[in-house]
Amino acid sequence: MKRSCLPSLVTLAVLVFFFAPLVMLVVNSFNASRFGGEWEGFTWQWYERLWDAEEVWDAFSITLKVAVVSSITAMVLGTLAAYALHCFRSWLQNLHSMLVTLPLVMPDILMGMSLLAFFLALGVELGMATIWIAHVTFCVSFVTMVVLGRLQDFDFTLLDAARDLGASPRVAAGKVLVPLLLPGILAGGLLAFTLSIDDYVITFFVSGPGNTTLPLRVASMMKGRNLPMIHALSTLMIASTFLLAALAFRLQRRYA
Amino acid sequence: MSRRREFLLTLPPLAWMMAFFAIPAGLVILMAFRPSDLRGGVGEGWSLETLKALAEAEYLPVVWRTVWMSALTMVICVSLALPMAFHTVRVAETWRRWLLLLIVVPFLTNFIIRIFAWKTLLHPEGTLTQFLIRCGLVAEDVMLLNNAGAVLLVLVYTQLPFAILTIFAAAEKFEFHLLDAARDLGASPWQAFVRVFVPGVRRGILSACVMVFVCSLGQYVVPQFVGGPTDEMLANKITQRAFGDRNLPHASALAACLMLAVLVPLLIKAIVSRLSEKEVPP
Repeated sequence: MKRSCLPSLVTLAVLVFFFAPLVMLVVNSFNASRFGGEWEGFTWQWYERLWDAEEVWDAFSITLKVAVVSSITAMVLGTLAAYALHCFRSWLQNLHSMLVTLPLVMPDILMGMSLLAFFLALGVELGMATIWIAHVTFCVSFVTMVVLGRLQDFDFTLLDAARDLGASPRVAAGKVLVPLLLPGILAGGLLAFTLSIDDYVITFFVSGPGNTTLPLRVASMMKGRNLPMIHALSTLMIASTFLLAALAFRLQRRYA
Repeated sequence: MSRRREFLLTLPPLAWMMAFFAIPAGLVILMAFRPSDLRGGVGEGWSLETLKALAEAEYLPVVWRTVWMSALTMVICVSLALPMAFHTVRVAETWRRWLLLLIVVPFLTNFIIRIFAWKTLLHPEGTLTQFLIRCGLVAEDVMLLNNAGAVLLVLVYTQLPFAILTIFAAAEKFEFHLLDAARDLGASPWQAFVRVFVPGVRRGILSACVMVFVCSLGQYVVPQFVGGPTDEMLANKITQRAFGDRNLPHASALAACLMLAVLVPLLIKAIVSRLSEKEVPP
């Protein structure tokens, strides 16, 4: 039967729309022209400048530190939350579920603003700790959702089998439950890691002076004159996103 | 025993969310009922002054623009995402993996960098502007940046992968034999798409609509970087009040409005999905 070619055309057009801006960034990172309107020859100079830009690498190391610590914290809290939500039904879990799902739909700006008001009211000094708290708070919900999805497919009779064979509840959880859930937990952690690196709005509210993460640094560079350096930086970030996404797809295929 | 175990497991995440999500959100709502003092701090006592100030003419166009822009973004995203999800589900397995990877990459690419990419393309000396001028499609002195069109374009760009992935998840469960049946019974491809496929994935469409609409409502980075001074959305006003004038009560009152605006579509979604659960045939 003849199929309409309209859906494939739309798909193609959307993919062009998705990638045209990214491809232009990559092309312009090798362009000698400052504004990138025209091709003025190939150059590595923007990458060399980026290499020497210490403020960018400082921001990068802060971003990585925050992302690693927050995603690990969110992984632990999210897994606990998912397990409790899956196994128990009570008024406590209703409240719990509401508190965990609401942040998913709360606009970033509201979360940033309310945390700022909270920290100011308590007199907490803004800094790495407040960024960490904020990042964990918006990541926990995402980890919970991913792990909850895994738990729904989990065969709980395996735990009974372990108990029948003489394992204590703790051993059964450590040797059966956690290893089998690990792909889901890691997928949630990876998602949290990406979200933490990506966040601009919430970090903007809760970071004090001197704690600039990479998105904040890029945003402030956008107002300045160092545009080609952002091209180079963006190219590196797009390439690593592509590699990470491909890796995640691979992993998922292996465990699916 | 089980009760204690439940409590121990629930306590850490629950306490965290209580302390850093629920209490701060409540604080913002409370703050909306405090007067602001002249130096921009939080005043003493309680009042409805701040809430009354919201009715000022200054805010109405902003609220209207925010809702309008979000609705437009939602319509464009969903109408592009539908055929795309339709196509993605029907291609061969290997192609589908590649397509999904290609949809996910722009979605995972840093938000600020995606905005920056559009800013350079739309810049008067940027590639897109130069290209369009050379094709004779636009005038020499055209300004593609800093207007409502640019804000809409970038909003669609950032929200579209969301919509595609949501509708794709629904389309994966759709019985595609139904389409063949419709075609056998004489429906044109278009009729089969609109009258069989679209109703079949209506839950996915509803989720995508709510998702895109709600996420667009709270946007402030996009209007700030690619919009002009007349394209501000509600969230831009909140940041101005919070950082520009250091008027926290005022910012909080606006934030409380935004919270309400977000909750309404969510409520509608909850009600609609409850109703559609009831009408499932026996």
